[in-house]
Amino acid sequence: MVVRSARGHGDPGESGTGQGYGDEQRERVGFFTDTSVCIGCKACEVACKEWNSVPEDGLDFTAMSFDNSVGLGADTWRHVAFVEQRRPLGHQDAGVGRPAPVDLGMPSTELPGAYTGVEEREEFRWLMASDVCKHCTSAACLDVCPTGSLFRTEFGTVVVQQDICNGCGYCVSACPYGVIDRREDDGRAWKCTMCYDRIGDGMEPACAKACPTDSIQFGNLDELRERAARRLEDLHGAGVSSARLYGEDPGDGVGGNAAFFLLLDEPEVYGMPPDPVVTTRDLPSMWAHAGLAAAALLVGSAAAFAGRRR
Amino acid sequence: MGVRTWIESWPVYRQATGGDRLGRGAAARSGATEELRPRTADADRVVKSVCPYCAVGCGQNVYVKDERVIQIEGNPDSPISRGRLCPKGSASLQLTTGSAREEKVLYRRPYGADWEELDLGTAMSMVAERVARTRDETWEEEVDGRRVARTLGIAGLGGATLDNEENYLIKKLFTALGVVQVENQARVCHSSTVAGLGTSFGRGGSTTFLQDLQNSDCIVIEGSNFAEAHPVGFQWVMEAKARGAVVIHVDPRFSRTSALADLHVPLRAGTDIAFLGAIVNHVLTGEKYFRDYLLEFTNAATIVSEEFRDTEDLDGLFSGFDAEGRCYDTSSWMYDGASVAAAAGDRANFDRVRGTGRPEQQGSGGAVMSSVPREDRTLTDPRCVFQILRRHYSRYTPELVEEVCGVSREVFARVCDHLTRNSGRDRTSAFCYAVGWTQHTVGSQYIRTASILQLLLGNIGRPGGGIMALRGHASIQGSSDIPTLFDLLPGYLPMPHAAHEGSLQEYIRTNGASYKGFWTNMEAYTVSLLKAWWGDHATEENGYRFGHLPHLTGSHSTYDTVMAQIRGECRGYFLMGENPAVGSANSRAQRMGMANLEWLVVRDFSLIESATWWKDGPEIESGELRTEDIATEVFFFPAACHTEKEGTFTNTNRTVQWRDRAVLPKGDQRSDLWFVHRLGTMLRALLADSGLDRDLPLLELTWDYPTDEHGDPDAAAVLAEINGRGPDGAPLGSYTELRADGSTSCGCWIYCGVYADGVNQAARRKPGSEQDWVAAEWAWSWPANRRLLYNRASADAEGRPWSERKALVWWDAERGEWTGHDVPDFELHKAPDYRPPEGARGVEALSGTDAFIMQADGRAWLYAPTGLHDGPLPTHYEPQETPFENPLYGRQRNPTRLLYPHEYNRYHPQAGTPGAEVYPYLVTTYRLTEHFTAGGMSRWTPYLAELQPAFFCEVGPELAAERGLENGGWATLVTARAAIEARVLVTDRMAPLRVQGRVVHTIGLPYHWGPNGYTTGDAANELMSIALEPNTHIQEVKALTADIVPGRRPRGADREELVRSHRERAGITERTGTEV
Repeated sequence: MVVRSARGHGDPGESGTGQGYGDEQRERVGFFTDTSVCIGCKACEVACKEWNSVPEDGLDFTAMSFDNSVGLGADTWRHVAFVEQRRPLGHQDAGVGRPAPVDLGMPSTELPGAYTGVEEREEFRWLMASDVCKHCTSAACLDVCPTGSLFRTEFGTVVVQQDICNGCGYCVSACPYGVIDRREDDGRAWKCTMCYDRIGDGMEPACAKACPTDSIQFGNLDELRERAARRLEDLHGAGVSSARLYGEDPGDGVGGNAAFFLLLDEPEVYGMPPDPVVTTRDLPSMWAHAGLAAAALLVGSAAAFAGRRR
Repeated sequence: MGVRTWIESWPVYRQATGGDRLGRGAAARSGATEELRPRTADADRVVKSVCPYCAVGCGQNVYVKDERVIQIEGNPDSPISRGRLCPKGSASLQLTTGSAREEKVLYRRPYGADWEELDLGTAMSMVAERVARTRDETWEEEVDGRRVARTLGIAGLGGATLDNEENYLIKKLFTALGVVQVENQARVCHSSTVAGLGTSFGRGGSTTFLQDLQNSDCIVIEGSNFAEAHPVGFQWVMEAKARGAVVIHVDPRFSRTSALADLHVPLRAGTDIAFLGAIVNHVLTGEKYFRDYLLEFTNAATIVSEEFRDTEDLDGLFSGFDAEGRCYDTSSWMYDGASVAAAAGDRANFDRVRGTGRPEQQGSGGAVMSSVPREDRTLTDPRCVFQILRRHYSRYTPELVEEVCGVSREVFARVCDHLTRNSGRDRTSAFCYAVGWTQHTVGSQYIRTASILQLLLGNIGRPGGGIMALRGHASIQGSSDIPTLFDLLPGYLPMPHAAHEGSLQEYIRTNGASYKGFWTNMEAYTVSLLKAWWGDHATEENGYRFGHLPHLTGSHSTYDTVMAQIRGECRGYFLMGENPAVGSANSRAQRMGMANLEWLVVRDFSLIESATWWKDGPEIESGELRTEDIATEVFFFPAACHTEKEGTFTNTNRTVQWRDRAVLPKGDQRSDLWFVHRLGTMLRALLADSGLDRDLPLLELTWDYPTDEHGDPDAAAVLAEINGRGPDGAPLGSYTELRADGSTSCGCWIYCGVYADGVNQAARRKPGSEQDWVAAEWAWSWPANRRLLYNRASADAEGRPWSERKALVWWDAERGEWTGHDVPDFELHKAPDYRPPEGARGVEALSGTDAFIMQADGRAWLYAPTGLHDGPLPTHYEPQETPFENPLYGRQRNPTRLLYPHEYNRYHPQAGTPGAEVYPYLVTTYRLTEHFTAGGMSRWTPYLAELQPAFFCEVGPELAAERGLENGGWATLVTARAAIEARVLVTDRMAPLRVQGRVVHTIGLPYHWGPNGYTTGDAANELMSIALEPNTHIQEVKALTADIVPGRRPRGADREELVRSHRERAGITERTGTEV
């Protein structure tokens, strides 16, 4: 066990130093998930489970497009979201869209069922995106972990040490993305490790290695950010104006993510929070306020006693 | 541990003394973290393998520790997959090491209520005894006075998931036993590919390779769910897209493939010939064709017989139709001036021998043409192919596309525009298709239409061009090349027919008597095969033991076999890695056939539906069959998996890739190589002293393969036999070395060279990163390691590349040879200006511009004068079951389609006739990324099962509203064959289409499910009828009709009652739907 200060998120930010690794400190690595080339094959989900021996977690037909694993959790460390939308994707012509229904309440001149909308097609697109733990620069899960189970590795990633975790679950409520989760049967918290064992041996994480279209790219975080910026520019040039990066900005509420994304719509559409903030951001000031309040209480009480004696 | 170490290991000490004062990094590292290593780091060895699922053929690294496989992941050296794996490939660790695999032999005695365990040796003896007995009881020496020397009492099914070496031994042993009913998945998946591509270009394999798609400027994916069914291969489409290529997906459904395409064109299932034919018309009328290419390399200028009449003249029929026999006399389709000599005459009569499936032979050419045809290079003669083509497609207009396919003129114009703008000297377009094209009653003609279009645009034999036939089993290409197919011998040599091929001479005269092309060497290929099989027993005097081959008299395709089982004629059945009880059309007929067998052998990983139907199949549930009444004896043998045996798979690129063995199988699990070899050895011992002539083929068979200490035959020795040996016994380097004098042996002539120089060329693994995109030193491709077929056509008549950008092979005049990036698919030293001398025959007769060296005239065929049973040109016919009438011709459906009316196999009423409205919706079937074929390799695999955990149907919101279907609820689908239930997925991706002025809804069904396994569900194939394509006997399952109602299906006998009441309402009889 380590002694974790309650001073809030004490991460030193981008530099990655100050973790005590000294010479063993490695360059910060991350995932760039380019959802514009994702084919929704779920190789990432399976490769992750195979490598990490993550349990299969049930046969649940959701009828939500092709998404039957629903979201990230203790037993799903990569999750592919499927979003069917009645809106265009750049210059793609999907051919199957329908017009938004406009019912003016007037009697139809067509036979029932004859109108299909095919004559006035609108656009359609099917978005797919593989989600994963963000390995935040300012990681609330790590901040609140009382046991030292969650720690920051020499690669700047955030990992749960299963031999330490006591299953308290503080991290679960602390995560602004709802990523980390306790496994029902053993109670401990589980999430993506960015294949800490593999990257320590010079291998790439299982999901990135399997990905058939290189939608998931692993590597030096700075390089990935440059690559992402170029890709974004290309897509904008190709008319995909809705493309945007998510989680790459060191100035955001979590200090930027080691796992960031190129999305084709608002993050909410994919089930990601639009403006995540490290949940321990206000902890220092909360402690300060609490301390102040406690001090004031003390002073007040003291004053009250003092007053009575007089 | 010293005190000091102990103190230092205390995190708080580290925190206080180290650089991690906050205790968030190094100080927090636990003991387990300190010792963390990837398990692969401790592997004893890394074994090179190939993924066992689809035919992309992704390289795998198999990590072994303590003789256990601990991890399987992609091999980054593979130029095909570049280290990537799809979810199925990624789940292959669970597939091979998971608990779902059986380890013991199981036996169900006749009328038995349950399985019993049986000793492997005993089980093998029992099977051998039953084979011998059934063979004896059902032996046919003659049929109608002609020698056939065979048994129809035994059949085999399966091979596409097996190794080439295993298929080779199966075919070899079964043929020697006189068993002709040998079939595999290739029949039901891609047989029409062989006929379609083979008649057009000379070989039945994909014309290009996956990696070359990156060079395309436009990729049309039609009849394929590329991204889902071949995800790792799809990276090359994405690569092309990243380089600026346009990707078009033409498909009834918006799938994961469409999601990545630039343009998705939903069209009505079953109308692709109308769609493609209209593009052909657009190219012809708009003069967008590549004239120079057409003149040099195709039969555009060739003059056709004046007796030929087109479908335009005969309202949907070609000349020569015999209404009674429902087949064509194809002689009037021949070229003008091609003197119809005896051989060709035989050939024409031959085509009347209904249903022998001869066009499969077109996989390597095979059409017989006895003299030089006449040409008109101005392309103006009304009887030249070019003008015939023009007339044939003149009514295939954008308006027709709108009316038939439901595709708007505007969208159609965009497809035409993309395609024509990206074809020509400097640009190339590729077509990619799969079973969305093959599985129709006009399947071969679908592929022919694309072939015609690609030839008109000059896209064959060129980088970035071609027609990519996407195969779907690890070695389904191999199981066609080294065929476990009834009508073929290795290398697309036809199985001899009793009528005209009683002797070797007759056989060669009927098939290899063309005046030109490499097929004229057929005698060398055949004799070498006979030498490989019967060794020293095969001599010139005895016709090289040609008489040891059993003969065909008709079709023995898997569906014919099923009908024979129902009739009780076929009594014993081997299933080797195939699951027809849910995987073949009309599952009920499949099971009813099996219920009529005397014995059944199932070899698989788990207890698939085909192994357990007698105790828990749908007919047991409905009460139609009772377990205690079923006499079938069932043997279940657990199979070894891909990591447990060595051998080769041939992928969709025609690339033969060797796998090393990683570990030994457990318990009774054995490879199919072991099984077949052992079975053969036991039968040879059993019949050694029989003294019967019929046993000679078996007893004289070369069967002495070296075995290892586990009794496994040496797969490399089998591969070496396939490769062939010269007079000195040394491995041959090329099929050009084969001789007809008995001095060479070769198990499959197109694979000659795979063991050149005594080196296993299929095991070459020079990393893709160290080679160009062709990667000629990665494994080995047939033929002769050529990766892009017909690549002579990538250069013009003078042998210069059509353009710098599209250079592939070219003539180097200085060195006097063809050179370039790929191995030239042409005689190396034959100059472009070579013209054959007068009277030249065979290979010598091929000119320097005859780029299609397997063809009887050296040309690619826009028009197929011979080889196909249903027409020289593709024609739009409606599917067997369709909601619409054919607006083009009075002839509604393919007049030569094969129908099997039977009480288990009723058809729906023809569109526009009373009762058709009972089944108002269109149904199509397809694959999902997360599952594999009939589910035997995915439904039992939890990591895959959880991703698609239920059988479902996809419907559009409009249909859901019309029928009250609820998203996530249940629906029941009904056809004249069956009623099944499925969960409902309502999605905008299923678009209603407006066709002939009314709206049609399509229902999508993934066909992976069945009642066994971890995720279970009804099988989509229950709904299907057996209605077959006439050339290759492939079933139509991509377009049919059905009814759909909300809720779950009835249980027990009520299920059949629902089907019956629908049939009654539709007025269905045994004649329904069988109109010519």
